[in-house]
Amino acid sequence: MSFKGGTSSEGSTDSAATKKSSKKPKYSKFTQQELPACKPILTPGWVITTFIAVGIVFIPIGLASLFASEHVVEIVHRYDEDCVPSDYSDNALAYIQSTETNKTCKRSITVPKQMKSPVYIYYELDNFYQNHRRYVKSRSDKQLRSKASESDTKDCDPEAVSKNGPIVPCGLIAWSLFNDTYRFSVNNSILEVSKKEIAWKSDQQYKFGSDVYPKNFQSEGLIGGAKLNESIPLSEQVDLIVWMRTAALPTFRKLYGKIEVDLEANDEISVVIQNNYNTYSFDGKKKLVLSTTSWIGGKNDFLGVAYLTVGGLCLFLAISFMLIYVFKPR
Amino acid sequence: IENLHDVFPGNETKLGMSRGVPEPKLTAVDAMIDKLTGAIFVFQLVVVIVLGIAGNVWKETEAIKINSILISGFVMAHRPKQWYVRYPPEGQWYELLIIPLRFELLCSIMIPISIKVSLDLVKSLYAKFIDWDIEMYDPESGTSSHAANTAISEDLGQVEYILTDKTGTLTENRMIFRRCCISGIFYGNESGDALKDVDLQNAVFTGSPDVIRFLSIMAICNTVVPTKSKSGTISYKAQSQDEDALVNAAAHLHVTLASKSGNIIVINYNGSNIQYELLDTLEFTSDRKRMSVVVRDCQNGKVILMSKGADEAILPYSFPGQHTKIFCEAVEQYAQLGLRTLCLAWRELMEDEYREWSLMFKEANSTLWRLAEVCQRLEHNLEILGVTAIEDHLQDGVPETIEMLRKAGMYFWMLTGDKQSTAIQIALSCNFISPEPKGQLLLIDGKTEDEVFRSLERVLLTMRITTAEHKEVAFVIDGWALEIALKHHRKAFTELAILSRTALCCRVTPSQKAQVLQSSLAMLHGLRYGCWVQLVELLKSCDYRTLAIGDGGNDVRMIQQADIGVGISGREGLQAARAADYSIGSNINQYFIAEFRFLTRLILVHGRYSYNRTAFLSQYSFYKSLLICFIQILFSFISGVSGTSLFNSVSLMAYNVFYTSIPVMVSVLDKDLSEKTVMQHPQILFYCQAGRLLNPSTFAGWFGRSLYHAIVVFVISMHAYANEKSEMEEVAMVALSGCIWLQAFVVALETNSFTILQHLAIWGNLAAFYIINWILSALPASGMYTIMFRLCRQPTYWLTMLLITVAGMGPVLALKYFRYTYTPSKINILQQAERLGGPILSLGNIEPQSRSFEKEVSPLSITLPKNRNPVYEPLLSDSPNSTRRSLGTVTPFDFFQSSSRLSSNYSRDYKTN
Repeated sequence: MSFKGGTSSEGSTDSAATKKSSKKPKYSKFTQQELPACKPILTPGWVITTFIAVGIVFIPIGLASLFASEHVVEIVHRYDEDCVPSDYSDNALAYIQSTETNKTCKRSITVPKQMKSPVYIYYELDNFYQNHRRYVKSRSDKQLRSKASESDTKDCDPEAVSKNGPIVPCGLIAWSLFNDTYRFSVNNSILEVSKKEIAWKSDQQYKFGSDVYPKNFQSEGLIGGAKLNESIPLSEQVDLIVWMRTAALPTFRKLYGKIEVDLEANDEISVVIQNNYNTYSFDGKKKLVLSTTSWIGGKNDFLGVAYLTVGGLCLFLAISFMLIYVFKPR
Repeated sequence: IENLHDVFPGNETKLGMSRGVPEPKLTAVDAMIDKLTGAIFVFQLVVVIVLGIAGNVWKETEAIKINSILISGFVMAHRPKQWYVRYPPEGQWYELLIIPLRFELLCSIMIPISIKVSLDLVKSLYAKFIDWDIEMYDPESGTSSHAANTAISEDLGQVEYILTDKTGTLTENRMIFRRCCISGIFYGNESGDALKDVDLQNAVFTGSPDVIRFLSIMAICNTVVPTKSKSGTISYKAQSQDEDALVNAAAHLHVTLASKSGNIIVINYNGSNIQYELLDTLEFTSDRKRMSVVVRDCQNGKVILMSKGADEAILPYSFPGQHTKIFCEAVEQYAQLGLRTLCLAWRELMEDEYREWSLMFKEANSTLWRLAEVCQRLEHNLEILGVTAIEDHLQDGVPETIEMLRKAGMYFWMLTGDKQSTAIQIALSCNFISPEPKGQLLLIDGKTEDEVFRSLERVLLTMRITTAEHKEVAFVIDGWALEIALKHHRKAFTELAILSRTALCCRVTPSQKAQVLQSSLAMLHGLRYGCWVQLVELLKSCDYRTLAIGDGGNDVRMIQQADIGVGISGREGLQAARAADYSIGSNINQYFIAEFRFLTRLILVHGRYSYNRTAFLSQYSFYKSLLICFIQILFSFISGVSGTSLFNSVSLMAYNVFYTSIPVMVSVLDKDLSEKTVMQHPQILFYCQAGRLLNPSTFAGWFGRSLYHAIVVFVISMHAYANEKSEMEEVAMVALSGCIWLQAFVVALETNSFTILQHLAIWGNLAAFYIINWILSALPASGMYTIMFRLCRQPTYWLTMLLITVAGMGPVLALKYFRYTYTPSKINILQQAERLGGPILSLGNIEPQSRSFEKEVSPLSITLPKNRNPVYEPLLSDSPNSTRRSLGTVTPFDFFQSSSRLSSNYSRDYKTN
C-alpha cells in the first residue's frame, strides 16, 4: 500500500520549483479572451434606423432600375406557330421533320420606338432544358480546345464517334445546335446582321481552338440541328460558341447577331425566317427578339420591382416598429 | 488512521491495474448533434426518394416516350418530346436508380462533414483557453489549470450534478494538530490550539507519564522518516498528512522523533535520547482502520504495542474495565467541530506472548494470508491513552464557490470518509447545507435492507412535501445504506437524488463493512468508492451530466466514471499523485485545477462559453450546408429533375472548406455576456444545463432560415439573371455569391461581441471570396474563366447581391428584434443591462414560460407513488405543516424542473425494466 505524497518526490521538488515560474500562463488579451470588443445589441433605435435607411436607399435604386428597363426598346416576335403552313397546323411535327416542306417563312415587324444601334438580335427558346444533366455534360472541352485531343470524346455519348472517326465537335450540345436563320430588310434594303463579338472573346481565344475544324459532324444517324462549315475553325464558329454556353433556365435567349444601324420608329422590318429547329415536339415557343440595351442589360423589370417592394416593406416595417414601440415599449 | 482518503494506490497495485481504460466520452452536445445529423439524414433520404421518383417520371414522359401519330392510316414514329436529351428508349432496370443516386450525390453535402473538423478545432481552442487562463492560476503552488481532454468543454456548461470528494478537494489536506484529550483531560479547548495550551506544556515539563506516553506514541507509531539536514534541523517525510501533523506536534512538545536507522528509533525528550527497537509494523489498511507498531524499549527491555486508529477501530478493543466513555465524548465533541480524530492506545506485551505471536505474524506476512486476523490477535486489551484532533483547513473560497454553483442550479453531493457528525460540520461550514431554520437535514440509515428502505421512504416523503416550501433539504446517507439503496431501491433512491439538491455520503462503520466486503469491486476500490461509481452511473443513466471532483487517489474511478472529471492539482504533494494517476493514458475526461474555487470559473465561464459557441457553430454548419443544398434542390426543379448541379465542384468544395468555415471559427471568441455578469448571475447557466441553445426547436429555426435563404437566393438570382443573361456559370456564381453574402451577415447578426478578429474573419472572408474567384477567373483552364470579372463589371450583379442580402436578412433581423424586445430571454435582459448600463433587474426564476409547459408533465410523476402507503412521518422535521399530507396535493410548484426530471426518470426506469 503506498501513500500519497510519496517519499521519492523530494528530488524533483527543485526542478518543479524552477518549472513553476514557466508554468504561469502568459498574459495576452487573446489568451485571456479579453480582446476589446464592440457589443452591439438590437436597440429599437438602431433597428428602426437600419430599416429606414434601407428603405431610403432601395426605393431610388428601384426607380432607377425600372427607368432603365423602361428605356430599353424590345421587340419580341413569336413565330413558331405562325410559320407552320395552314395545312400542317394540326401536325406541326410532321412539317418540321419532313425534309421536303418549305421552311421559309416571311414575317414583318414594326419598330415601336427608335432603336439606337447596336440593336441585338436574340432567339428565345422556351421549355428547352439546356441545363438537363445528360445534356449539359455531353461535351468535350478538351476536344474543342485543341486538335490533339480530337478523340477525347468519352463524355459525348451518344454523339461521340461516327464510322469515320470521332465527331468534332462531339456531344449533344453541339449536335442540337440551333439552326433557324433570319434575314432582315427594311424598306427593301437589306439590314446587315453582324456576327462580330457575339461570342465571348475568352471563349474564342481559349475554349475553342483555332486549329480545330468540324469533322464528321451531323454526318449520319439522326440529324439534330445545324451543320457546320468544315472549313472554318471552331474558334470562328460564333453561333456554336454562343450555343455551347448553356443556359441555366429552361427559358433563355441567345445572341444571334447585331444590327449596326439605328432603326427608326414605325419602320417595317421584314424578316425571312428559315424555320428549321424542332421545338414543336416539346411545345417550346420560338421567339425572335430585337432589343437595345442599357446599364442594367436588356429589358428586365424584376430588379426594379423587387427593389421597390423590398424598400417599401422596409419602410413599412420601420414605421410599424416605431408605432409598436411608442405604444408598447417593452 | 482515519485518512482513508489518502490511501493512494500505485499503478502496479491491483487497484491501479483495475482502473482500466474508460471509454471515450461523448458530450451532450455531441449526442444532440448526432441526433440532428440523423434527422437530417432521414430528411435527405426522403428528398432523394421523392426527387428520384419525380426525375424518373420526367424522364419517362418527357424524354423517352415516343409520340406516335397516325397520319392517313400510317403510323409515323416521332422523336420523344425532349429529343435533344437522347435517352436510349430501352433501358436496363437499374437505370431507374441512376437519378436517385445522382440526387443522393447532390444532397450528400446536406450533412456537413466539416462540422467534425471545425468542432475539433474549436474544442482544442476551448481547452487552450482553460490552460491559458491566468485567473485560474494559483501563484502559491505555481500550478495553472489544465484540460487533459480537449473534447468535452461544452459539457462543463451543462453540468447538473457535482460529486465532490472532501479531503484535499474542499480542504487543503494540510493537517494541523489542534486538540487532544489525554487520560480524560482536554487540552486546547480554550485556545483552540493544544500546542499553546499551558497546561499541556506544564504536563510535558513535569513529565506526566500519561502525557509522555501519549506523545511518544504520536512520535513512534507511524511510518514517518526523519531526515537531519546539515544545520541540524530535522524534517519529516510522511506518507500521510495526519502522521506528519502528529509527529510535528509531538516534536513541538519536546518529544522529537530524532532518527530512524534500521530498527532503532531514537526519541529525543528534553535533551535525552530514548531508544526503541522497532520489532514489527502492523500496517494500516482501509479495512482495519488502524495501525500499530511493536517496539522494545531499549532501557528496560519491555515490549510495547502502540496503536492508533479511528475511534470505532480502537475503542471497542480497550481492556475490560477501562472507561472509554470520556473518549467517546471527546471524539464526539471534536467531530462536532469538524476535526478529524484518532485514538491512541498501547499495551505492554508479555515476552512469550509476543514471541508466539511474532512467529504467526511472520508466517502471515510472508503468505499475506489472514494478516488482518493475526494483527487482530495482538490488538486487544488496549489501554486507551487519548484522542487527537486534527484540523484540515477548508480551502480558500470554498463556501463562496459552493454557494455560487448552487445558485447556478447545481446539485451537490459530498462524499467523505469522515464520521457523520464531522461530515455535517464540514458541510455546514462550506455552505453545503444551511443551518436549521432555513435548511433541513434528513438522515438515511439502517442496518438491514428493510430499515434502510423505510428510512428512505420517510425521507422521500418529507422531501416531496418540503419541496413545496422554500426550504433547503439535504440528506445524509452512510455508506452502508447507500449500498443497499443502490442495490435494492434504485427507483426510490433515484427520485430522492432528483429531489434533493444536496446530499452527504459519509463513511461506513466497520461492523457493517464486514458484511459488505463480498463484492470484489468494493474490495478493490474500498467500499465507498464502489458505491460512488455506482452512484455516478445511476445519475448518468438518468441522463444527468455529472462532474466529479477529487484530488486523485481513491476517487480516480469515480472521476473517470463521471462525465467530467476534475482533479485538484494545486497542492504540492498531490502533483505526484496527479502525475502517477492521471497521466497513464486514462485521462479521457479530465480537467485539472489548482484549487476548488476555480471550479466556478471553469464551469460558469469556460463551460458556458464553450457550450454557447459550440451550439452556434454546429447549427450554423448545418445551416450553411442546407442552404447550398436547398438551392441545388430548387435548381433541380427547373432542370428537368435530372440532378444537375448548379455549382461546379470547385465552388462546392471551396464553399464548405473556405468560404463558410473561417468566419464561423472565430465564433470561439464570441461572448454573449461578460464574465463579470455571468459570475454575478450564475442562474443564467440554466440555459446551458437545459440545452436551450441547441435542441430540435432551435435547430428547426436554423432549418427554416436556410430554406428561406435558399429561396431568396434562388428566386432573385434566377430572375435577375434571366433571358439573355441566363448563362450557367454566371448564374451559379451569382447564386454562390448570394450565399456568401448572406452567411457573412448571418454570422455577423449572431455574433454578440465583435473583436477585431471577428471583423477580419467575417469581412475578410467576403473579400477573400472575391479574390479567390478572381484568381480562378484568371485561369484559362478553369471552368470559371473570366466569369467573376464579367460579373463584377455589371451593376446588375451588385444590385442583385444587395437585394439578396436585404431580402434575406431583413425578416431575420426583424424577427430577432421582435423577440429581443418583446419576449426577451434572461440572457437578452442581462445583455441589455450590461451594455446599456441600466439597472440589472432581479432575474427571479429563470424562464417562467417553460414552467407552464412542464407543469403538464408534473402530475405524471405524482401519480406513481400514490399506490404506496401514503402515511409517513417526516424524520427530522419539526415543521408542523410538513406532517401528513395526502400526496395528491403535494404538487411541487417550485420544482417543475425537478418534477419533469422525475417523470422522465420514471419512463427511463420503465424502459430498463
